[in-house]
Amino acid sequence: MTTLTFSGRFDSLPMIADFVRMSAQEAGLSSFQIYAVETAVDEACANIIEHAYGGEGKGDIECSCTITKKGLTIILRDTGRPFNPKNIKNPDLNSSLEERSDHGLGLYFIRQWMDDVDFEFKPGSNTLTMSKFKEKQS
Amino acid sequence: MEITHTQFKHCDVVKVTGRVDSSTAPLLSEALTKITEAGRYRVVVDMVGLDFISSAGLRALISTQKTCRRYNRGEIVLSGVPANIAATLDLAGFTPLFKIFADATSAVGNF
Repeated sequence: MTTLTFSGRFDSLPMIADFVRMSAQEAGLSSFQIYAVETAVDEACANIIEHAYGGEGKGDIECSCTITKKGLTIILRDTGRPFNPKNIKNPDLNSSLEERSDHGLGLYFIRQWMDDVDFEFKPGSNTLTMSKFKEKQS
Repeated sequence: MEITHTQFKHCDVVKVTGRVDSSTAPLLSEALTKITEAGRYRVVVDMVGLDFISSAGLRALISTQKTCRRYNRGEIVLSGVPANIAATLDLAGFTPLFKIFADATSAVGNF
């Protein structure tokens, strides 16, 4: 397991992406799977900065990558406000242009593109654990 | 992320390369708003060389699409969309909301 700590700022996002992409490559994920993981991690970290911390520079994001037999597991930790994932509705993807909401896509991407997603909220520490499994060799 | 803006007689082409995430999406949004605020509503966003787009980037596209389509005065179309980006657009349900062209030249020809 490799763990890196990043400042909770939007300009940390490319560095977090580099770290996660490298780990995903090492874990043997396909090129599209690596992109899917990069997307999920970017959305999760942007949500931490925007919603858990309520802005940039309010706290850190700890990112751990573990290569497993099945693929890659990523753990993101923050010390911001907790939230209830069940209260975040999936966006209505069939609505007309005028009715499209500007928010809610991030969590939807995470849920759609990761194979396993788990949120845990303890006093003073929020943990998101998500995994992507290697495609079966044909 | 790098943005190159070229103004043609009938439309504007905005070429975006690199990574559009929460740190760079405001710059894309700004570039697009500058065009619509100048009263120009036919815009090609050329994505050749775009490595990554997050939902923050998609928000910039959708909000500009709303502005452009109002009163039927124009629209944003996309060109040169790499496969990963196309998968993101598809996942977000954006495919029916944007015309997609193989390259910028055919997108410009559409206007």
